[in-house]
Amino acid sequence: MTVIKWEVRSGAYYDSVVLMQLQRGLLGLPGVVDAGVVMATPANRELLAANNLLPDSISANPDDLLIVVKATDGTFADAAITGVDELLTRRKATSSPNSLDFRPHSLSAAVKQLPEANWVLISVPGRYAAGVAREALELGKHVFLYSDNVSLEDEIALKKTARERGLLVMGPDCGTAIVNGVGLGFANRVRRGEIGLVAASGTGLQAVTVHIHSLGAGISHAIGAGGRDLKSDVGAITAHQALDLLARDPETKVIVLISKPPSPDVAAKLLSAAKSTGKPVVVDFIGYPPPARKLGNLHFATSLSEAAELAVNGNWELVIDEKLPITNSYLRGLFSGGTLAYETLLSSQAFLSPIYSNSPITNSQTLSDPLHSKCHTVIDLGDEFFMVGRLHPMIDNDLRIRRLRQEAADPEVSMILLDVVLGEGSHTNPAGELAPVIKEIREKRIGGPALSRVEGLEFVAIVIGTDDDPQNLQSQISQLQDSGVTVFRTVTEAVEYISLRFGASRESEFTPVDLGQLKRPLAAINVGLESFYDSLLSQGAQAVHVEWKPPAGGDERLAALLAKMKGKKEN
Amino acid sequence: MDIEQANTTAVNRLMASRPILKGVATARDVIPGMKDNLLLHAGPPIEWGRMSGPLRGAIIGAMLFEGLAASETEAVSRVERGEVEFDSCHHHGAVGPMAGVISASMKVYVVENVEHGNQSFSNLNEGYGKVLRYGAYSEDVLKKLRWMNDVLGSALADALAASNGIDLRALIAEALHMGDEGHNRNKAGSLIYLKLLSPLIARAVKDEAVEAEVLQFIGDNALSVLNPVMAACKAMTDAAHGVDGSTIVTTMARNGTDFGIRVSGLGDKQWFTAPAEIPVGLFFSGFSQADANPDIGDSAITETAGIGGFAMATAPAIVTFVGGTPKDALNATLEMYEITFAESKYFTMPALDFRGTPTGIDLRKVVELGITPRINTGIAHKNAGVGQVGAGLVRPPISIFEEALVAFAEKYNL
Repeated sequence: MTVIKWEVRSGAYYDSVVLMQLQRGLLGLPGVVDAGVVMATPANRELLAANNLLPDSISANPDDLLIVVKATDGTFADAAITGVDELLTRRKATSSPNSLDFRPHSLSAAVKQLPEANWVLISVPGRYAAGVAREALELGKHVFLYSDNVSLEDEIALKKTARERGLLVMGPDCGTAIVNGVGLGFANRVRRGEIGLVAASGTGLQAVTVHIHSLGAGISHAIGAGGRDLKSDVGAITAHQALDLLARDPETKVIVLISKPPSPDVAAKLLSAAKSTGKPVVVDFIGYPPPARKLGNLHFATSLSEAAELAVNGNWELVIDEKLPITNSYLRGLFSGGTLAYETLLSSQAFLSPIYSNSPITNSQTLSDPLHSKCHTVIDLGDEFFMVGRLHPMIDNDLRIRRLRQEAADPEVSMILLDVVLGEGSHTNPAGELAPVIKEIREKRIGGPALSRVEGLEFVAIVIGTDDDPQNLQSQISQLQDSGVTVFRTVTEAVEYISLRFGASRESEFTPVDLGQLKRPLAAINVGLESFYDSLLSQGAQAVHVEWKPPAGGDERLAALLAKMKGKKEN
Repeated sequence: MDIEQANTTAVNRLMASRPILKGVATARDVIPGMKDNLLLHAGPPIEWGRMSGPLRGAIIGAMLFEGLAASETEAVSRVERGEVEFDSCHHHGAVGPMAGVISASMKVYVVENVEHGNQSFSNLNEGYGKVLRYGAYSEDVLKKLRWMNDVLGSALADALAASNGIDLRALIAEALHMGDEGHNRNKAGSLIYLKLLSPLIARAVKDEAVEAEVLQFIGDNALSVLNPVMAACKAMTDAAHGVDGSTIVTTMARNGTDFGIRVSGLGDKQWFTAPAEIPVGLFFSGFSQADANPDIGDSAITETAGIGGFAMATAPAIVTFVGGTPKDALNATLEMYEITFAESKYFTMPALDFRGTPTGIDLRKVVELGITPRINTGIAHKNAGVGQVGAGLVRPPISIFEEALVAFAEKYNL
């Protein structure tokens, strides 16, 4: 017969490492069968309940420290609970030699103690984490936000503030990062090198950095963004800043971009930004169909290990594009072949956003009126919507020519993409009908001779056919080329070309993160898990640990008053 | 309302204060509201029934000294009949160490804050041993008091009258560079005080025997300067009091039963009190923690003004009070920076690279961080008349800061 005894302590906060050590200490006491020492959050209470350590009569708030002991009899249980304080103080006495140094209780005091600190590591309970992060940003520090359970609104607000001030917020729920050779949070010891990472995936970052290390290469910086950064609400603010930073960092030669499946619109903008880095970028959006194996400087991996291998062993032949990239205007794809349209959409949605179609991949891509394009649009003119009382566009070019004129009249359009599918049964000379129209449009638009590229409007065609096809492949291509069309033979080639023309735009203006500051020896203020502080010191970084407690000891009424009484930055 | 601005104003007023020791006078002549049957005491207001041993003893002693009673029994019965009145020193611009009892005939130091024009007062320090401030009232205690009033007090009065006064801000600043923190250690300050007074006394006192006696008394007492320093701190903190919207704590005081604080932006007589704690510290031989009275005295005015326990970093000689190593002393001061609004412009500490002492306790920071001010203090025996039994460290209860914060929010509709 066992006895369960417990104690609830209000306003006491300990980091979980301390609590785990305490729990282990309790288990070593005589007569103790099982013990739980946790902050009484709902999740922790569930854990206790699962271990039969949560009698119904316990009432405790999430801020309370809950100590539960199951022992062979009441005396042992009481003795164990009495022993808690001794265990707590014993730990303090044996902690690091730096325990003699003053430990500030607030971020502002910590900054005075270590003014050169450029990072603040935050691992306090989620409900307090945003407040600490805000204070850190106000003090001009980058934030490594390990805490989870930070609201999406707080995350967005924090990241917007950070972006305005040229600061990074890694996280929330960012488990790991490597800055200037120093691991923050959970990080492996990897050698320094030329590969930079941007990751919205903690263990993904660890797995890739470890693999890169085992392949003999090393890491410049590995920047965590937090698991939600690539959701559309957040818009990959941190990932964009990190890409920009690594693009400017001369020590970073190759960039690896890792995320769990991002929102399509976010992915498109991020890949555009990745293209604009001008450095090889290995992309692994786990579980997200790679649009291609390669789009210009972007290289798509399908696994973490492949990402690492590509980053280390990639054979980078950067396509130097002499043309000015297209910005702020749109692609219109007018297809006769449904699958060609679909593949084009699938590949180009990675870097064109927003993009619409009458045969969309996601609902949000649905073109509400198939007769009128908007933004980037890929139209399957062979769709049955267009086929009522009409021949298929592989036979009859009339519909496509009219649509061609319609798109060309739109001043926002800078590129029109066509497919020309040859073969038995198809129109006998499709180029013969399309080329003159294109030539006419071009001459009308600029009043000059047909050049291969005309300012403002460009034509691209994908020609599907063989030498033996009745239409005469070479003649079809020549007619198109003579009217100024850039011709490709596969969707992949065409999409890569399009990606080079469109796919390099940086996120809207933001204050760049100071690269020089990032490269200074890492100095950090740690608020929360003491083990992160110990790890900083053991890596030779300068650090100050804040003896953090919830404001007003967790008294919400007082904390709310204090929030109202908080003024501007203090002197 | 801008709390930051209000606090800046309050703390600037505190720091800009120039407390000058102008003279020594009889309490009834100089202390506002002083009258013959009024006894001022340390700490927040308290009624006889709740007074601790040392304070009761000092009240009885002061009544005997004043002739308000001829015996202890008579004194007690007069008190119980309501024939004497009590009030907090702080309501009259005054402060006194330990029991802090000031009666109408007592000689008091008069300190003028020449920057802001306010005055403050403190009694004369009796030295160690059996003394009124620890609740002793035997005949030898009263005899010493009379000598102090008649001989020492007159000598000081004459000496100071013939001078421009003593600049106490400068004296404190110098003493902080000589190992004093201004509360528990006043050896250096008292020597500076003696140095400044000696020529004045030599000129003012014609009788050589009296001169020698007076100089000997001041020189023998390492606490001589404590009372003028406390009055100086009172002049400074009073100047910071009454700033609308300020959360700066302008009084911390104990009466042996309650610990009380007042806040600049709240009322003059609005005290927030809770039972005073028993100081933790080192005891003279023969005494132990069990003998200690709950915290008593107005001397926490030094911490309120930014010295004393807040300036521990500059007083390595007394580090045993805070753990034993100079590093502990530094840490004690560093901790106080976290709850203060500013750093003193005039009181600096060599050990912290001449950083200013933590100045202006901000109610908000105390509540937010759960860090209460650390106060260096003498420890009184719980029984009247036994005297000092040790010295150590005490902190006020956090609850009074929390209550003050709530009251502040209510007053300003936050």
